[in-house]
Amino acid sequence: MDAHGSSHEGVGHVMRRRVLFRVLAALLVLTYITVAVTSFDFGRWNLVVAMAIAVVKASLVVMFFMHLKYDKPFNGMILIVSLALVALFIVIALDDTRHYQHNVIPGYAPEIKANTQ
Amino acid sequence: MATAEGIVAGRKATLGDNYLTHTRGFLSWALTLDHKRIGIMYLVSILFAFLLGGLAALAVRTELIAPGPTIMGPDAYNKMFTLHGAAMVFLFIIPGIPAAIGNFVLPLMLGAKDVAFPRLNLTSYWLWVIGALCAIGAVVFGGVDTGWTFYTPYSTTTNTNVIATTMGAFILGFSSIFTGLNFIVTIHKLRPTGMTWFKMPLFLWSLYGTALIQVLATPVLGITLLLLIAERALGVGIFDPALGGDPVLYQHFFWFYSHPAVYIMILPAMGVISEVISVHSRKHIFGYKFVALSSIAIAAFGFLVWGHHMFTSGQSGMANAIFSALTFSVAIPSAIKVWNWLATLYKGNIQLNTPMLYGLMFLITFTIGGLTGLHLGALAIDVHVHDTYFVVAHFHYVMFGGAVVAFLAALHHWWPKMTGRMYDERLGRIGAALVFIGFNGTFFTQFVMGSHGMPRRYFDYTPQFTIYHQISTIMSYVMAAGFFLTAYYLIHSLFRGKRAPMNPWGGNSLEWHTPSPPPHDNFAETPSAEDPYDYSRIRRDPATGGYVSTSYEGAR
Amino acid sequence: MSDPAHAPHLQHHFETPQQQFDAGKLGIWLFLATEILLFGGLFCAYAIYRANHPEIFVYAHQFLNKYWGGTNTVILLCSSLTMAWAVRAAQLGERRLLIVLLSLTLLGAMGFLGIKYVEYKEKWEHGLLWGARYAPHVEGHGAEEPPLTKAPPPPAPAAAAPPGGFVVERSAIRPAAPGPEGTVIAAEEQEEHLEAAGIHRRPANVQIFFSIYFLMTGLHGIHVLIGMGAIVWILVRSIRGDFGPQYFTPVDFVGLYWHLVDLIWIFLFPLLYLIH
Repeated sequence: MDAHGSSHEGVGHVMRRRVLFRVLAALLVLTYITVAVTSFDFGRWNLVVAMAIAVVKASLVVMFFMHLKYDKPFNGMILIVSLALVALFIVIALDDTRHYQHNVIPGYAPEIKANTQ
Repeated sequence: MATAEGIVAGRKATLGDNYLTHTRGFLSWALTLDHKRIGIMYLVSILFAFLLGGLAALAVRTELIAPGPTIMGPDAYNKMFTLHGAAMVFLFIIPGIPAAIGNFVLPLMLGAKDVAFPRLNLTSYWLWVIGALCAIGAVVFGGVDTGWTFYTPYSTTTNTNVIATTMGAFILGFSSIFTGLNFIVTIHKLRPTGMTWFKMPLFLWSLYGTALIQVLATPVLGITLLLLIAERALGVGIFDPALGGDPVLYQHFFWFYSHPAVYIMILPAMGVISEVISVHSRKHIFGYKFVALSSIAIAAFGFLVWGHHMFTSGQSGMANAIFSALTFSVAIPSAIKVWNWLATLYKGNIQLNTPMLYGLMFLITFTIGGLTGLHLGALAIDVHVHDTYFVVAHFHYVMFGGAVVAFLAALHHWWPKMTGRMYDERLGRIGAALVFIGFNGTFFTQFVMGSHGMPRRYFDYTPQFTIYHQISTIMSYVMAAGFFLTAYYLIHSLFRGKRAPMNPWGGNSLEWHTPSPPPHDNFAETPSAEDPYDYSRIRRDPATGGYVSTSYEGAR
Repeated sequence: MSDPAHAPHLQHHFETPQQQFDAGKLGIWLFLATEILLFGGLFCAYAIYRANHPEIFVYAHQFLNKYWGGTNTVILLCSSLTMAWAVRAAQLGERRLLIVLLSLTLLGAMGFLGIKYVEYKEKWEHGLLWGARYAPHVEGHGAEEPPLTKAPPPPAPAAAAPPGGFVVERSAIRPAAPGPEGTVIAAEEQEEHLEAAGIHRRPANVQIFFSIYFLMTGLHGIHVLIGMGAIVWILVRSIRGDFGPQYFTPVDFVGLYWHLVDLIWIFLFPLLYLIH
């Protein structure tokens, strides 16, 4: 990648200070929202809301602080692929445990117990 | 290239200045940044691990030659097969071809001066050493008896050196990750002009696929082992039902890495076979793009099938069915490769030298191993043969008959390049024959045994299995004889072998366009890339006993 | 073939500084991928236990102080800013600013660990620890109740006789007790007895939450420590004047690592502290 709008002969893109500060401001606002939103109850969607805000924050950090926006797309691919693999692992292992775990662990999980008896 | 350090005296001077003689002294090797020296250090080290694991195997087989205790008691037996598995998997086969052969050959094939991160490469080697010392220390000071898979709940409660061994494996994991990382970046960034992705030798495609798995899968092993260590050392209870944990979860974690790990073992082997079969039949590889892309497909699909190790663990029926179906799909890219190799051989000018013999051996033994994998992927069969010798035979056919045989093929194929010496070809063929006969005798009987119900990891057995165990053990000695013979003539060649020409086999990938052994900087000037499987301009040169390329003016 | 104005930091196997820089970037992103997968395993454990036993998480997270957690989040976000700014300073050759910013980042890291220390200490004092060490004595949270998890099974006979007669490495986990004590059914019967008697208790296996809490924040904390070490290293090199527009890659790459540490915390915070 060529250097954007900078006066030196280096090899990388230089972040503008204004962008960095604005990103931090956005992140702080989102953090406040994350905490504030816990006083509302969305039922099953609580986790989704929390994760959605976290994803937005993470995207800001990745795109600007880690300047992926100005970087080669392949590096972004690496990030996506690793996240996809984690997601794959979680989804399959989670689904499997929901089927067998009640047989293994003492204690209760009312929904599953009800469904299997 | 002659520097004050490079001037040597004595008989080595006749080999000229090369990477072996460029600098002298222990530190010049221990702190080297030269990928070729690192490759040699890895080679020697993993061969020691192979010896250790092999002796453990012989001890296991000797114990099993008769029912009841023969040379050891049951606890020692458990430790012995654990040592065999752990040493072979973590110390030999996972680093295996990438570390010992890939480190040496990959930059040469790219016409490059080194890998992308030479210091990381050296770090990777020393991490191997530290991890190996941890693991071997664990064995020497009491041993581990859990099997190399460390299944909970036994591994969290047994009073043997689980933490030391798993710590060693954790460190070895980093060694593997760094090698993979290095190779990915090297292949992306250090290809010469003109060498597009589809002009690379297939060995590099296979190393790339392997590296992807090393980087993406090994960290999951890392966290698995950390959790096991935390469980034992701190009583975390993630895998202990009495504390609310789930022992089967361990298996999900463990196999999420360890299944892709077997593709770390076999993909480089397949890459070697692509090279060996093409060069030694003097024929362009058939279906280059299919073979290349199948390496990536295997790497990708390999992440989707880990549950097939858990069919009888209590895994849900839905998961069982999905994993079984996906397991069948992962066989397809492997089969594509086998067909392309056969098509390459067809009407080729086949040289039945030692590398080719191992290459042909691979086709037979890997195919058997792969096909029996399909047997095991079928739920209805696996339910009966899980944890029997059928499984043991299957994975030895793919790991040994696949990866080790290909490792031997690679060793013999690139030996002249690495050492500048030729080995005794006649002894090479005898060694190959002993290995082939011994291997099949040892493990084919185990398919039969397993399908009759002989369980694995059992110290004792009922008399009906005695004849199979006897055959298996005797043939394992034949196989061992083959290995000792191979070690003998290879070591002998270092002292008395004929000088190797630049291109003894007539290959056209770039490593054959530099002297044997290569100079410190690999190439006098960066060569230009052409089709690595085009042998049309390679002619035999009776003067050197090798081949010369008529497309290079002034080539020796 | 090679650049006549051979940059002093150009390694011999690279042809141009751009190639070397790109290679380094690719390498560090691959390393970050390994970290994502390492923590991914822990996130998976979290997901599994939370999905199967939500009551444990709902109950136990109230022992975490979301204001400490929130403060830590803010600290890390600000330290990410100072780190990203530091990379810019290195690229522009602003040495003084670079030193100041790296020092601020380091301070942020220390602040983070300081708060974590306070949190851990509090948990330790109240016995809110992982797995086998869970022994709660928090006022108003049922300290007087009978212990939830079954008493550990009788020791000695449960441990397998060590081969050779000596114990090489003892695990903190006891083997399960033999007989009906060690089965799921016995535990469930005990639960039903108590519920029938009208004794409402906190959920079984609360220690699982704390196991996951300490594993995740512990591993994260170790990464913060390692990051601090790396920052100290480049701080020293900055003071020495090693970095400038021609060569700033170590700052860039340590920065990327630091942002990853921040990223992980961005997810840990709501998952552990903000459960409804």
